[in-house]
Amino acid sequence: MTAVSLKVNGAVHAVAVAPETPLLYVLTDELHLRGPKFGCGLAQCGACTVLIDGGPVRSCITPVSAVKSAEIITLDGLGTPEKPHPIQQAFIDEQAAQCGFCLSGVILTAKSFLDRNPRASDDEIRSALAGLLCRCFAHARMFKAIQRYAKMVRS
Amino acid sequence: MKAGLSRRDFLMGSGALVVSFSMTPILDPWALAQGPFDTHRSHIDPEKLDSWIAIGSDGAVTGRTGKCDFGQGMYTAQTQLIAEELCVSLDRVRLVQCDTSITPDQGTTSGSQSTPTNFNNHGLAQAAATAREALINLAAQRMAVSPKVLTAAGGFVNAADGRSVSYGQLVSGKNLNLAVDPNAKRKAAANWSVLGKPVPSLDIRDLVTARFDFVHNVHLAGMLHGRMVRPPEIGAKVLSIDEKSVRRVGGIIKVVLRQNLVGVVAEKQMQAVQAAAQLKVVWSSGSDLPPQGDFYQHIRKQPSQDTLIVDSQDVDQKFSRAATVLKSTYAYPYQAHGSVGASCAVADVRGDKATLWSATQSVYPTRQIVAAVLGLQLENVRVIYMRGSGCYGLNGADTVSLDAAFLSHAVQRPVRIQLSREDEMAWGENYGAASVIDQRAALDRQGEIIAWECEPWAVSLGGRPGYDTPGNVISGALAGYEPHRITPRKASAPTGSLKNGSNAVPSYAAGSVGGTCYGTGTIRSERVLTHAVRSPFFTGPLRSPLRLQNTFAHECFMDELAAHAKADPVAYRLRHLREPRLMDVVKAVAKAAQWEVRPSPKANWDRKSTALGRGLACVAYEGDNGYVATVAEVEVDASSGRVRATRFVIAQDCGPISNPAGMRNQIEGGVLQGMSRCLGEEITWDARKITSTDWTSYHSLDLAIEVPEIECVLINRTDVLATGAGETAITVVAAAIGNAIFDATGTRLRQVPFTEERVKTAISNHSG
Repeated sequence: MTAVSLKVNGAVHAVAVAPETPLLYVLTDELHLRGPKFGCGLAQCGACTVLIDGGPVRSCITPVSAVKSAEIITLDGLGTPEKPHPIQQAFIDEQAAQCGFCLSGVILTAKSFLDRNPRASDDEIRSALAGLLCRCFAHARMFKAIQRYAKMVRS
Repeated sequence: MKAGLSRRDFLMGSGALVVSFSMTPILDPWALAQGPFDTHRSHIDPEKLDSWIAIGSDGAVTGRTGKCDFGQGMYTAQTQLIAEELCVSLDRVRLVQCDTSITPDQGTTSGSQSTPTNFNNHGLAQAAATAREALINLAAQRMAVSPKVLTAAGGFVNAADGRSVSYGQLVSGKNLNLAVDPNAKRKAAANWSVLGKPVPSLDIRDLVTARFDFVHNVHLAGMLHGRMVRPPEIGAKVLSIDEKSVRRVGGIIKVVLRQNLVGVVAEKQMQAVQAAAQLKVVWSSGSDLPPQGDFYQHIRKQPSQDTLIVDSQDVDQKFSRAATVLKSTYAYPYQAHGSVGASCAVADVRGDKATLWSATQSVYPTRQIVAAVLGLQLENVRVIYMRGSGCYGLNGADTVSLDAAFLSHAVQRPVRIQLSREDEMAWGENYGAASVIDQRAALDRQGEIIAWECEPWAVSLGGRPGYDTPGNVISGALAGYEPHRITPRKASAPTGSLKNGSNAVPSYAAGSVGGTCYGTGTIRSERVLTHAVRSPFFTGPLRSPLRLQNTFAHECFMDELAAHAKADPVAYRLRHLREPRLMDVVKAVAKAAQWEVRPSPKANWDRKSTALGRGLACVAYEGDNGYVATVAEVEVDASSGRVRATRFVIAQDCGPISNPAGMRNQIEGGVLQGMSRCLGEEITWDARKITSTDWTSYHSLDLAIEVPEIECVLINRTDVLATGAGETAITVVAAAIGNAIFDATGTRLRQVPFTEERVKTAISNHSG
């Protein structure tokens, strides 16, 4: 066990874990965050996605020791039910979910991509969503929600 | 979250306990796979109003339902139902779903039965209607007027003279102490103001902001983490375990062995993962699996449990006199539920009591199973539903629930089990069944169908555990319990009424049993003989179980017949249908899709450019549980074999619609899931084990696809009972795509999935 300090959703947390522990287990088991989820443990589905310094990272294969002092944002930290982040609001407006298990990957990946590429075409957005799975297949609504957010980012 | 049961919970459970074992003789293995979904007697009496509805002293309404939401929208729809019948706004209703200490036993949430069970004239709807009438009667007594002059609105009962009393004042937090009144009047759909409206999902705000508690988010004080160690080959048995092999992993609590069920429990999840990887287990060799390459031939040769669903006894005679006889065989693979999250459960078994937090769709059956396998009193076991990763059927949720129960029992502390991806896909879920279906039809000189014969073979092993068969899921079987297996048996003549729950009888057949036509079609000469065959893998009710497989075969074959007759596929179908609701969805979809009236295939494809085509398919789901038709439009690239669906139009009639917004979400999801299953999904195996164990070996469509346009035509019929709506659309997708590919290219695909390789080869063989 090693003492690790993590900056998550704007707060600093000290946890004692083995350094090779995947970041996901620290976020869920130690910090009790609900956003990142265990989907596959293989970086194949995106359910465990968090933003590290603004970029999407699959936390299931990222050792906690690799994060160091970087800033981690999870879906929990993006907005609140009372004041959702605009991309979260776009998902509410489009009713873009069924079970909701996959949302961390879809929302955080799209947000990160559009924040960095506000003028991206639909095809480019689609490419950025490769490797993200939603097995309820709410794809149509999710893409509309992402397009809605893209419009906001552009204006 | 607080662990364990309160004293009150046990007192509630200690009264007249009725333990109901499933006594129905198992005639249809597929009905078994779906599970019991009716309302059953338990320690929470479903005939008592207080079991379903409670009114707080503040007038807030609590509903208790045995049907849970796993993403299909039941939470919102049931909340709407209660708000509607009780005449309160949505925010005044709290819904408790599936907790064996609180909610009535409604068996399993499955089989498109939640709407028929809870939205018609029994279950939750009838309880809510009873509660409204009870409140009006209480107000009538208090005001000394006739209930006829009173109306309920906004949480008050109002009199014509202006007097008004709130629900809270009337009930003041006490029980209503009434029976559910079977004659209580539901509000007429014409007067609905909350039900029937497109109410946005009530849980989406919490979902997108990560405030929603999944079962994966349960944390109990002192909770340990476990991982399972599954066999390397199917049928392998534990010969020995070297517990010392994990000694170096920190935090190890215990290595648990129960027959062939092996797991490790540790302080931290990471330690459990490491221990599971390092544990040395000596396994016996597994059993040889039938080669995948000729599996569809293999299953035809197996002993089978046969059922004659219809037999007009004149089929052979009609075939001998036919102008034309057409035959085709369709094949459909094993497919995975493949939930995006590997399954998880938390169990707290201490002493003689157990609490289980589970994403099972069957809390009461699971409670009985857990009590049996742990040797506990039924009333000492509580199962609490919490949503898992979305599942339309039987993913690893039931298996991991038993895993958690066994491991917690072994360590006498709360244990959380997270399955790995490989555990989920190879040793967690019950697959959608593989099936091979022979079709034969006799046509007269005009090309009209005069006889139809269908013979499906479908594999089966296990299924939902129900109340008494823990071996129906993998962990139960590993722990030594027997799964339900097919008993080979010859068919006897059909009796009673038509049993078409698996859509084995095509929509165009009359469905005649004992001289009465129960079916939706006109063809009087009919024979459908089904064969259930033992499966080497566990099977379960993956969304539209066998209904999809059979409908794929029926609707593609119908298209073949129409093409042979050079008839327009819509007109040809309508000529062989007699059920108005099914005919109406076919007409509605053709109109909305601007269907071009002509036979398939389309003429003059130059074989070089992208081929464009359209295909139709329809079904009366389970014979009478929802009516749907779809038109698919596709582009086919012959050089690569790539198929892209560009547009789906769906017309659906499921009776009175509870929530059109939710229904559209279900249709869209069903269509795309159907497309993914049709184009790429297939379980694979080698000589001894499953080889589709992750998302590189099992092919799901991801978020990068260009999503087809999806247009819904919702037919809202308020003069009939409500039917299910979660499995209708998916049932017709593979057939519609197959028919569209035929329309585009003249090539008929008869085996799912329509992989690029398979499409390319089929088109190239067709041209050669």
